[in-house]
This record gives sequence, C-alpha cells and structure tokens, in this order.
Amino acid sequence: LSSPFSQSLRLVAPIGNRSTRGIHQLGGAVDPESSQKKRRTMLQYLSDHFYDVEFLRGYFLQNKMDKVHQKNRSFAHLEETHGPNNAGAFFILKQGGAVKFRDKEWIRPDKYGHFSQEFWNFSEVPVEAVDASDCAINYEGLENLHLLKELQSLSLQRCPHMDDWCLSRLYPLADSLQELSLAGCPRISERGLACLHHLQNLRRLDISNLPSVSNPGLTQILVEEMLPNCKVVGVNLAEGLKLGPEEQPQDTDRPIPA
Amino acid sequence: MLPRVLSLGVRRGPLTRRPGTLRGGFSLDWEEKLSEIKKKIQSVLPGTSLHPLYDSSHLPPDHSDVVIVGGGVLGLSVAYWLKKLEKQRGALRVLVVERDLTYSQASSALSLGGIHQQFSLPENIHLSLFSASFLRNINEHLAVVDAPPLDLQFNPLGYLWLASEKDAAAMENNVKVQRQEGAKVCLMSPDQLRNKFPWINTEGVALASYGMEDEGWFDPWCLLQGLRRKVQSMGVLFCQGEVTRFVSSSDRMLTKNQKEVKLKRIYEVHVKMDNSVEYQPVECALVINAAGAWSAQIAALAGIGKGPPDTLQGTKLPVEPRKRYVYVWHCPQGPGLESPLVADTSGTYFRREGLGSNYLGGRSPTEEEEPDPENLEVDHDFFQDKVWPHLAQRVPAFETLKVQNAWAGYYDYNTFDQNGVVGPHPLVVNMFFATGFSGHGRQQAPGVGRAVAEMILEGRFQTINLDSFLFSRFYLGEKIQEDNII
Repeated sequence: LSSPFSQSLRLVAPIGNRSTRGIHQLGGAVDPESSQKKRRTMLQYLSDHFYDVEFLRGYFLQNKMDKVHQKNRSFAHLEETHGPNNAGAFFILKQGGAVKFRDKEWIRPDKYGHFSQEFWNFSEVPVEAVDASDCAINYEGLENLHLLKELQSLSLQRCPHMDDWCLSRLYPLADSLQELSLAGCPRISERGLACLHHLQNLRRLDISNLPSVSNPGLTQILVEEMLPNCKVVGVNLAEGLKLGPEEQPQDTDRPIPA
Repeated sequence: MLPRVLSLGVRRGPLTRRPGTLRGGFSLDWEEKLSEIKKKIQSVLPGTSLHPLYDSSHLPPDHSDVVIVGGGVLGLSVAYWLKKLEKQRGALRVLVVERDLTYSQASSALSLGGIHQQFSLPENIHLSLFSASFLRNINEHLAVVDAPPLDLQFNPLGYLWLASEKDAAAMENNVKVQRQEGAKVCLMSPDQLRNKFPWINTEGVALASYGMEDEGWFDPWCLLQGLRRKVQSMGVLFCQGEVTRFVSSSDRMLTKNQKEVKLKRIYEVHVKMDNSVEYQPVECALVINAAGAWSAQIAALAGIGKGPPDTLQGTKLPVEPRKRYVYVWHCPQGPGLESPLVADTSGTYFRREGLGSNYLGGRSPTEEEEPDPENLEVDHDFFQDKVWPHLAQRVPAFETLKVQNAWAGYYDYNTFDQNGVVGPHPLVVNMFFATGFSGHGRQQAPGVGRAVAEMILEGRFQTINLDSFLFSRFYLGEKIQEDNII
C-alpha cells in the first residue's frame, strides 16, 4: 500500500540519519556511531523536531568553515610591498606554523600566537623550511605557499584540511622541494600521493600514519617505484610478519634493501 | 475500545490452534478474512493518512511549482541550486520525477568519472572549473547535519591528451584558450613525454597537453547520492514514476511582421506510477527536462518538433541515446601509479583504477560503427578489434592484458554539435532544458544546475554565460562545435 518513499514525500522531509538509511551506502567514510550515538541523540532529536535547533547547528557548522576560509585568505597583496618570501612567511606564521629563513633561526609563534616581527626587515632572504604541522591550511592557502620559490623542506604533519586536491597543488615547488612530510594527515589517500610524482627533486618523503590510505604497504612500494631517488619513510613493511628465530628486529624504514 | 479489541486479536501467537485443524479437516480461512478486516479498519483509524476512499501516499502531490523530469545528476543539481538560490526558505516547491530510482541506466553512474578542463569552448572550460571548485568543497555545499561526510575518492592525476601532426596546431590554440580562462594546462613535447611517462610509445604523437590541477576522476555514484541526500534535506520531493503526458494551454500571438506564433504553456504533468495504470496529474508552473538520453521523448510529449521541418515549431530536440562501452582489464606490467587519464590520438582512452594494476578504458566508435542503443549489452568483439590494437600501440605493456569486466552506458548525444542544451524553449515557454551534454554532463552538472536555477530565478545567466547553449541555435543553425569529446 505505502511505498518506501512515502516518507520522503512529506513537505518537510526529516533530516538526519533516519531518512538517509534508505539511500545506498555512500562510498567512503562512515562515522563510528557507537560512542557518539548517545551523545548526539539528544541533539539529533532536537534537530529533527525544531527548525531553530536545525538552523543553529547549520549556522555553527557554517561558522567553523568560514573561520578556516578566513585563515586561508590570499596574502598576494603583501607580495608587492614586502616581497614574496616575507608574504609567504607571514601567512605561515599567522596560521600557527614555523618558518626558517636561510642562515637564520626558526621563527615560531608562541602559545598566544605572537611571533617576532624582525623578518619584515629581511630583504630577499629565501625561506628554506616551513613547519606547518597542525595548521588549518587548505587548498586555497597553498596558493600562498607558491610564493616561496626556494622552499626545501615542508612539513604538513597532522593538518586536518589537507586532502588529495591539495597535494595536486604542490607541483610548483617541484624545483626546490627536497623534503616533505605528510604524516598523520587524516584526509590524504593513495590517490593524492600519486600526484607527488611531479616532485622529482624530493629526497625524503614521510607518509606514516595516514589513516585514509587503504593499503599502506603496497602504497609505499608503489610510491617508491614512482620516485626512484627519494627515500620513502613511514610504513613498517614487516608489520604483522612473524619473525623467525634467526631474524633480528627490523628498523622502521626499508627492512628489505631496495 | 475498538483498538483494544483489535490488539487482543493480534496477540494470538503462532502456537494457538487454528479452527478446524485438529482433525486435519477443512479450515474456514477465518484467519485471513479477519486480518483483512483488521487492516481495513486500521487504515481508517485516526493516526494514519486519512483517506476514507483511497490511499494516495505513494503518488506525487497535486501541485508543484517546478517539476524536474529526470533524477540524474543534472536534475538533482538543478534542484539543489533552485533550493539554494531561492529568495525565501520554502519559496519553491520542487518535485523530481525519476523513472528508475535504482539508477541502473543512469549515464552518470555508469561513466568513467572523469573531469577535465581541456575543452575548446570557453563556456565549457568555465563550467568545468566551477564544477571542480564545487567538488573540492563538496562537504561544505552538500553538508547535511548529522550525516557522514562525502568521500568522492577524487584522483587528481589529470588528463593527458595526445595529438598527432595534423591536430597539433588546434591543440596549441585550445591550450591557449584554456590558459586564458584559468585552467592549469601544460604542453609537452614527445621527448618530455618519454621522460615523464616512460611507458608511452610516442610514435605518431606531435604534442600532448597535460592538465596539472583540478582534473582527474572521481566516484560519480557518491556525487549522485550526496546530491540526493542534500536535496531531500532541503525539502525537495521525490517521486518514482514516468511522465506520460503534458497538458498545455496555448496563446496565439502576432510578431512584428504580423506572423502568427503559437506559444504553449504546460500547466499539468501526468506522472504514471510504476507497473500500474494509475497516474497523478501534477499542476506545475515550470518543467525542467533533465531526462538525459531520453530527453527527446520528453520533448516530443510537449509538442516540440511537431510541425513542418525548417520551422521553429518543427525543430526537434536533437538528443539521442548512444551506447558507449567501458572495459576493465588487468595488466601487471602496466603504467604506474602516476599515470593520468590518457586520451589517445585514435580516440581510445584509459585510466588506472586503484592499487591493483587494473585499468578502465574504452573508445568512442565512429559514426559507422555506432552500436544499437536498444539495450545495454556489451560487445566484446569491439574491444578485440577496435580498442586493443590502439591500446597496445600506444602503451606496449598493454600487449598482454586480461579483460576482467565490461559494461555499457548511454551518452545523451547531441547530434547537432555535441554540446549541451540549456535554457528555455522559445515556443513552449515554461520548459527548460538541461541535457544533451554528450558525455561531459556529469562533470559540468554543478555549473549547469546553477545556470538553469539562475535563469529561472533571475531571468538571465549570471555566473557563467551560457547564451550560446540555448535551444534556438538548432533552428538558426549556429553550431558551437566542441573538439575534445571522447
């Protein structure tokens, strides 16, 4: 008598997990529901029954996303006045990352976000290394990183917004980049790692702890094939193998010599 | 009192003895009659949909402002943008009518899933760029509270188009246009190609264009489901049914030259339910034709093309279904992880799939070789004769490969100029088209959806100017040819 889609024909369609169960499984990550279920049931119930709560939740979500966009706004206007290196360094320091100019010390913001302003006086000193770990850098923000033409070492560990699209934006740094670390980024998968083949000067690549990579061992081997001059660090290929009585405990990189 | 009586009756468990079965004799079938009576009474009781005569909860509503015929990626994209750009929350009532909610023949679900900006028309490049930025931020656009984020499985490796001597000049021109419009494409000579991709045999290749950013392939099913989920949460109604009739009213008007023109306005859409003869007349203000490979039938229902040829009334919608095959093969020595989607000079294309040395690919047949679009049966001889030789010639490693799987899908092929039709029809005033994209509909869906929504809500194209994609070009004969179609 009533079709399975009669629920969706109501003018105010119920949002939330109840109505999405009828749709096929989405290809990709599904949140582990068990622990968060109890905490979110009250919120879900309120969202489903009150427009105000639904609107407020949407508003806070939008606010969070807007904050990330604000952090990644374009700093190109500083390029004319202060030079590309200083503009790029300012962008990284504003985000909470650390910067190292050539022949100078690391400049790091303290826990309040303040950092030393002396780098504005450096003229034409290139930035050698950037440590943007735990920063909210995303696709738009990487455009600001292109200003640093002589960057040699880039560390993007545990960045929550770095994903496969962002990795395809690293190719302008191919001439100078020698060291790259992507450890712990939750959104990077093997599809993004394949774009790193543009970085032919890369000598050290760290791809440990990438939760979205489906097959870490195989991915490491394929990446090593792709970048023959690069040392790829990150996956313990002997993990899960039983050690024989004559074998020594292996170290983390490359237990089998290439 | 009545509910209690009914619940008492329902609680009889499976072990209670049925009347008349102790001695294995006849049973009066009392149980069935009783349950039928109970069902009838329950359906009339308050708390359920009260239709004392007839339950119509499976039918679409009686009125809807916009009826979108076709629930594929283009139809859902139009629905999304209509709801997103409406001036007041709940201002538009939108109904999406889809014949097959399992999407078994939907073109987007069966496609290779690629997106690229290497077109020759600036409008196509803009549409692809817009769609790429939409897909990049898909979890902001299609965010539904309390639902898991979408994982499009986007692979950003880009497209590599190879050109022979005679096409090299055209390719260089196209790349110039693409760079002007903002696409990041680079040109490569055969030597650079061999350096970068040693598995390519560059014989016969004069030039190659390689997309560096915003190009690649993704999971179209995920996009479809994400759009559907978001659109349902925004209040769009879905209905499984087939549009069988348009009822329209017409106005006779005179042009400047005193010629009579008959303008039609569709005011009712008859939606027929699956496997039954019952239909629901839905009163509507606008109809959007996003029926993909079957758009020509929907247009014919509205009377488009019924008239003497070479007149505006007689211009049919030149979109027809064309069958295209996709083959999956395994080749252990094939191109490595970094291989892009390679589109060869002969029209063959392939891409890598996953970590396991599997490849997907196919070839667009020439006009003479067009297969019959009656069904979606796969012709394996086509692979042997027409696809494999070209593959093996371009990538020598593909001489040893093993076909694992194959399927076929439809292109909504625009026989006029292989570009989409967007916008209103000049004579049927309230029918809008969003179809005919001949194989690149899915990658341009967000942009096209936005364009149609702007046309409806604002009256003109605002973000991307698609004036050259209007229906009137079929009558005026203005072809906007797109070269890079595979």
